[in-house]
Amino acid sequence: MGKAELPLHTPGTKIDRGYIGESVPRPNAARLLQGRGAFTDDLRFPRLAHVAFFRSPYAHALIKKLDLEPARRQPGVIGVFDGRAVAEYCTPWVAVLAHLKGIKSPEQHAIAIERACWQGEAVAAVVAESRTQAEDAVQLIEAEWEELPVVVDMEESLKNTKTIHPGFEDNICFKREHDTGGVDDAFAKADVVVEDTFHFGRHTGVCLEGRAILADYNAAEHSLTVYHATQAPHMMQDIFSRHLNIPEGNVRVIAKDVGGSFGIKVHVYADEMATAALSVMLRRPVKFVADRLESFLSDIHAREHRAKVRVACTKAGEILAFELDDLTAIGPYSVYPRTSGIEGNQVVNLTGGPYRHQKYKARMHVVFTNKNVTCQYRAVGHPIAVALTEGIVDLAAQKLGMDPAEFRRINLIADDAYPYTFPSGIKFEKLSHHKALDLLLKITNYAHLRAEQSRLRQQKIYRGIGLAAMIEVTNPSPAFYGVGGARISAQDGATIRLEPTGMVTVMCSVTEQGQGTEGIFAQIAASAVGVSMDKVKVITGDTGVTPYGGGTWASRGAGIGGEAVLQAGRALRSNMLEVAAHILKADKAELDIAGNAVINKLTQERKLELAELGRVAYFRPDTLPMDFQSELTVTRHYTPRQYGFTFTNGIQASLVEVDPDTGFVKLLKHWCVEDSGTVINPMLVDEQLRGGVVQGIGAALYEECLYSPEGQLLNGNMADYLVPMSGEMPDIVCAHIETPTLQSQLGAKGVGEAGTAGAPAAIMNAINDALAPLNARVTRMPFTPERILRALKKV
Amino acid sequence: MDQTLVVTLMVNGTQVTRSVQPRQHLVDFLRDELGLTGSHIGCEHGVCGACTLRVNGEIVRGCLMLAVQANGCRVDTIEGLSDSKELAKLQKAFHEKNALQCGFCTPGMLMAAQDLVRLNRKPTREEIRSHISGNYCRCTGYQAIVDAIEEVVNG
Amino acid sequence: MKAPSFAYAKPRSLTEAFDLLERPGAKILAGGQSLIPALNMRLSSPELLVDITGLKDLSKIEARDGVVRIGALCTHTMVERSPEVREHLPLIADAVAHIAHPAIRNRGTLGGSLALADPNAELPACALALDAVLVVAGKKGERRVPAAGFFKALFETDLGPGEILVGAEFPKAAKSVFLELARRQGDYAIVGLAGTSRGGDKRIAFFGVAATPILIKPRSLDEAKKALPMPNGDLYNSPATKRHLAGVLLERAWTRL
Repeated sequence: MGKAELPLHTPGTKIDRGYIGESVPRPNAARLLQGRGAFTDDLRFPRLAHVAFFRSPYAHALIKKLDLEPARRQPGVIGVFDGRAVAEYCTPWVAVLAHLKGIKSPEQHAIAIERACWQGEAVAAVVAESRTQAEDAVQLIEAEWEELPVVVDMEESLKNTKTIHPGFEDNICFKREHDTGGVDDAFAKADVVVEDTFHFGRHTGVCLEGRAILADYNAAEHSLTVYHATQAPHMMQDIFSRHLNIPEGNVRVIAKDVGGSFGIKVHVYADEMATAALSVMLRRPVKFVADRLESFLSDIHAREHRAKVRVACTKAGEILAFELDDLTAIGPYSVYPRTSGIEGNQVVNLTGGPYRHQKYKARMHVVFTNKNVTCQYRAVGHPIAVALTEGIVDLAAQKLGMDPAEFRRINLIADDAYPYTFPSGIKFEKLSHHKALDLLLKITNYAHLRAEQSRLRQQKIYRGIGLAAMIEVTNPSPAFYGVGGARISAQDGATIRLEPTGMVTVMCSVTEQGQGTEGIFAQIAASAVGVSMDKVKVITGDTGVTPYGGGTWASRGAGIGGEAVLQAGRALRSNMLEVAAHILKADKAELDIAGNAVINKLTQERKLELAELGRVAYFRPDTLPMDFQSELTVTRHYTPRQYGFTFTNGIQASLVEVDPDTGFVKLLKHWCVEDSGTVINPMLVDEQLRGGVVQGIGAALYEECLYSPEGQLLNGNMADYLVPMSGEMPDIVCAHIETPTLQSQLGAKGVGEAGTAGAPAAIMNAINDALAPLNARVTRMPFTPERILRALKKV
Repeated sequence: MDQTLVVTLMVNGTQVTRSVQPRQHLVDFLRDELGLTGSHIGCEHGVCGACTLRVNGEIVRGCLMLAVQANGCRVDTIEGLSDSKELAKLQKAFHEKNALQCGFCTPGMLMAAQDLVRLNRKPTREEIRSHISGNYCRCTGYQAIVDAIEEVVNG
Repeated sequence: MKAPSFAYAKPRSLTEAFDLLERPGAKILAGGQSLIPALNMRLSSPELLVDITGLKDLSKIEARDGVVRIGALCTHTMVERSPEVREHLPLIADAVAHIAHPAIRNRGTLGGSLALADPNAELPACALALDAVLVVAGKKGERRVPAAGFFKALFETDLGPGEILVGAEFPKAAKSVFLELARRQGDYAIVGLAGTSRGGDKRIAFFGVAATPILIKPRSLDEAKKALPMPNGDLYNSPATKRHLAGVLLERAWTRL
């Protein structure tokens, strides 16, 4: 394989992209296939202690008394600690950011001290020689509680009949209003106004690997090494340092193999901070792995929204304005350090996303409740914004008697309208909505689907076709968090080193949770340097080894980390050619690197094997010119600068069949067209899209965290909380369009969250399309059989 | 003092004898006593399939079997079936079709897939989906997994 | 979630088993596919588990004179693959394929399912529909209990303390139908129905509707609809929804009986 010329997106030139664009199987998958990965829970340490937590059985209660003595006496118990004891080692935090004006949150401790604010909040910790012994001891802790009023319902929380936090005048964590002006006018003058209210069920990530952390404090050095299933090791390094009062350079965070995260593992969890504090306190390694029941109670939840939306159109079907009133329920604390205000904020930013219009008014409230904490979970806000937009657009199309694809065709922002500033203030570099719609109509054979639907309706078989056009935030700049004061890095770096035998090691600050980060970095590095992929080793997830960076979140790995790797690779190649020029006594300009050797650019003749270059540079520099020092380790960093967020676009279609007798929905097929700029590995992108779509299907049909009026989680186990399994999933057809971003040489945008962003909307629209002849409509996710039967007035 | 019992079993072809507490389930035994961390724990109530392994030639949920119940049994884990190459075709297909991402479900998924392959039929895609319907994967969309298994069962 | 501490014994004979079951806090362990999750979640704390899977005579399947006797320790997989069951009891063969997933079916037993009597389980309803006889053994000897008298209340059967279900005898039926509605393959049913027809007599047992399976013996579809029980709701389905779904299954089953 050759090397990649830059920029990859230069039009009109014939470019050798190396491995970029190839569906190469991931090198690091081999160990996972043999069960030879190293997940955090797999690690063994001398004197390793285990922690289990005593968790509040109440949604809101004062901790009147905690008797830890009976637990302390249990076999294998090393210590039992309450919130006060842990607070001596770990300072509390408040999750607010300056750019979310007016956001407020109470202080949160690693272990609750006076009051438990949600069922499952940890109020004591048992450290023992084994997890089993710790759990035995937890059962013996005696507590006296004084129950406090519980707020569970979001509308009730907004009304503020019961204020959850003393010292706050209401339950509002954050609110935002946005008004372009002229909105009321637009609605008054419109030919057609449709409105609807959509409800989205609170749900959660359900990563197969539970949250896992192993903190190892070395008392002699006052240093802390944390093996942490986290997406953002540097962010955690900073947080452990500041809150445990250990100098930053003495904290090392290492993310080994991570069993899925989807945003769940990018947040600061009180019980994980407690675990680290306990290691410092006890001066030995301490491990915590959240078991499945704990996960449901305490992994962040997300997406509990009630959204009222209206759209104003002309009778020709042109959208004039959108109006939104969104209410979302979080837990009792905003989650650190990204805050729980971002999801709602995104809904305001993204509503109406793909469509041409000037007028927009939005009002959004984020309210506290006594349910589990919530924060960013894959696609953050997009699933809501896309569903309410696409849902109301379909309703408008229906009212106008227009085909939904036709309605979208009229309103999608034109492919040549860029750069474009959107009514919510966001800016688009370049999108391809129409090209995507064209491709979707083609791959779905849309006309045929409609004809078949029509025919089957006569046999009382109700199929539905649902479309969902969308935009997605990727490659964020510091505009997302940094500007608000968060020590969250939006830049990343890659160090790339030539080894003496001609292999190449890449160390990058973006992390891997299975999406294929390490695989694409190997592809990019190999292409940039001119080596074959089997010569490349990638290391991620270690703050002691990689450059400083942001890690994985908001679909930034390929676009930002990939760019750093590309630039570092190109720089290394240049430095290698310097050395080669000296060794060969040739002109650097005549040389190139390809196929693991230095070659003559013109003749393609192999002139110097890289192993020989390495040997000379590292072991015989005495043979090189006096004033020359080889630099065969290069670091480059990259920050996206021109655009605060690099938007991508896509469009999905869902084909369903609804059984009107049972309310059951059969997913027949799903299509996903996505434009994420330069595609580095189509196979990896496809499975990211599919995995995302299936998560979205979960949201649309199956997943909801159900709470009682007393704030008790009713379905916190794998039997009662329904996740998508293979038996019910459709085949998902993916197609790509590539509109590269010009902000980088790689031109890659992000794609990790796109599937999840659009799938719930597509499914909802498909179900409603199927139900349309029966005069039924559903707007409350997940669409269980009961909700569909109710819409059909059968129950 | 908690009761402990001595169990002897064959694990990946090697005889092991250990003293165990009755309450320890088989996956914890394999992971903690024998260091075979390839079998994973996802729920400990038998629903997710991450702990699927083979006992006396049949797939079972390792979290729903006590280590003491494995006394006298033949246990095969992902490590053993990898080394014996029994899973080689499936592993190659999974790799080439990107039928895994984070890899946490993969050992259990391979066990379930191999169970189907050994039945020596030509299952449809629907039948493949049915056979792995008890193995939760959050990362992939299941489709690549079905593709990989389909390739192997069709020879 | 790690199970609480308990002792374990594996008797080699029924006599030994009966003795062990007299100890305080003793509980039978067979396949463990329902018991062990409960233990792992600390929902149950027995003091002694009596593992009866060593009792070899209890895993036979025999067909004789229009009745198939299935030993209590037969795993669901054994039942699923049995030629006798396939030929004489298609209802059971159908039903068992709906139980969870292969890895669970390899360990879970017919006896365990009947003795646990989970209201959403398939086999108790099949036993009712087929008018089966449950064979119970105890220190005092063996007794035979018709299925109609076996399932008494939520997770409660006619099994007395120290008794072990050793088998079930299922008479053939001329026609049978098994229908179940579940969100995902292998899930417990929202509602289900096991129906048989012998001569003109129909027996239809609903499961997932109440604390125990509910049997009706209707002479017409109208009568059947009127006899539909008003179910308990669950986390996702109101009583009205379940009743509606039971009615849908009834209509679909009727034509096949």
